[in-house]
Amino acid sequence: MAETIRLDVARYRPEQEGEPTFQSYEVPLRKEWVVLDALNHIKDKVDGSLSYRWSCRMGVCGSCGMMVNGEPKLTCATFLTHYAPGPIKVEPLRYFPIVRDLVVEITDFMAKLKSVKPWIVREDEKLVSEGEYLQTPAQLDQFKQFSMCINCLCCYAACPVVGLDQHFIGPAAIALAQRYNLDSRDQGNEERLDMLSQHEGIWGCTFNGECSKACPKNVDPAGAIQQYKIKAVTEWFKSVLMPWGKGGTK
Amino acid sequence: MAKRSNEPFLWSLFSSGGMIAALMFPILLFLFGLAFPLGWLEAPGYGSLLALVRHPLTRLVLFGLCSLPLFHGAHRFRFTLYDGLQIKHLNELIAVFCYGSAIAGTILAAYLLWIIP
Amino acid sequence: MKQAHAYTLYRPKWYRKRVSTWWWAQQWRSFKFILRELSSIAVGYVGAMLLWMIWSLIQGPESYANFLAWLKSPLIIVMSLIAFGFVLYHSITWFNLAPKAMPVRVGGKRLPEWMVAAPNYVAWIVVSAVVIWFVIGGK
Repeated sequence: MAETIRLDVARYRPEQEGEPTFQSYEVPLRKEWVVLDALNHIKDKVDGSLSYRWSCRMGVCGSCGMMVNGEPKLTCATFLTHYAPGPIKVEPLRYFPIVRDLVVEITDFMAKLKSVKPWIVREDEKLVSEGEYLQTPAQLDQFKQFSMCINCLCCYAACPVVGLDQHFIGPAAIALAQRYNLDSRDQGNEERLDMLSQHEGIWGCTFNGECSKACPKNVDPAGAIQQYKIKAVTEWFKSVLMPWGKGGTK
Repeated sequence: MAKRSNEPFLWSLFSSGGMIAALMFPILLFLFGLAFPLGWLEAPGYGSLLALVRHPLTRLVLFGLCSLPLFHGAHRFRFTLYDGLQIKHLNELIAVFCYGSAIAGTILAAYLLWIIP
Repeated sequence: MKQAHAYTLYRPKWYRKRVSTWWWAQQWRSFKFILRELSSIAVGYVGAMLLWMIWSLIQGPESYANFLAWLKSPLIIVMSLIAFGFVLYHSITWFNLAPKAMPVRVGGKRLPEWMVAAPNYVAWIVVSAVVIWFVIGGK
């Protein structure tokens, strides 16, 4: 007989219950199975009513972030055997409002992300006939690490400041802002600075470093935020000491 | 620039004070708080310590030691109160208390270092 | 940032849990973090001690002797010992986090973190030695 492991999965059915409860499922403990495989097994074979998000099952889409035994994890990259003999507690990402079971509401994050303009901002667009914006490997290396973010929101679930202050713009959004700030093709630094240098931007961060520990893609949002603080400080001194200059960002 | 926040300025005080405290506070506290009182080392005499403190360069260093780390502590303690006790609604009061103490310490340090005989 | 998402037909009730006031006591990692933040009190303690030292020096030899005697009281020694632990913890966390805040690039490549942190520790030793030399050697 094959070995099994117990999953304690958080359930929340708003039409039935006022707050989340746990439901236990026994699933086969297979060496090659990740937590997401176990959830898929439950959904297919045991209880079709379980709701959760997933898509690529290979650590690229960022949909399947959940709390596994209290830690934010990509469930497609978290093996069951790591937690044997169990039980494994699976909950929705912390600090987000729960819509149903393991599905969280992320509209607020999407709005925050958009507010930092995570795209290349140009003052002057080149004509297509003039060719591409070239970049050297060294210039690419400046921001490459921060471009690995897949918006899985594990960093938000790890960050106590996110939990304490709903208005805090959060690790991933700042890391992605920094990804574009450091891009040699981008000219949007100043526009982003206005958004990020508010209290709810970078200054809410107390550098406890949890976001970087939780990140499954090694983006290091905590580092991005501190680097941006130093940049904001130099910009601030420039604007105070030289109010006449338009503060040459970049 | 939309609204200019003073957080960058406070943070620059926080980080420079943090650096100074990190470099010099452990040894100072070790000497004055442990080594001298416990008799591991002999405390400097009045004359020699005064001579050291009186030197203009020492005064400058001491001013740095008595002001920036206070701002560092004030800033960090402010956030500790916010996060640890969730009393962000007392924002103004906490800020006045924390930075106020640091400003008071800075003024006191400037005054004392000025009047050293 | 305003959070203004109204409940809709298909999201009848969100469940949102309030963060516990004691969140930092529930995990060793968060507890270490709050200890680091509380080092701010120890930093204030050392600042106050230095101010008092200067004050006593201005007042004269008797006052300075009182200051040294005050340092010897058991309560102050215990407090100093605790504060010493905290300022040490502050220094170590500060130096270890510095490379994250200030990545150093040489020839387009980012230096490994220990190579950025190491000079901080060297500076720490040098500064400590200089302080000892000035405070004790100046006799």
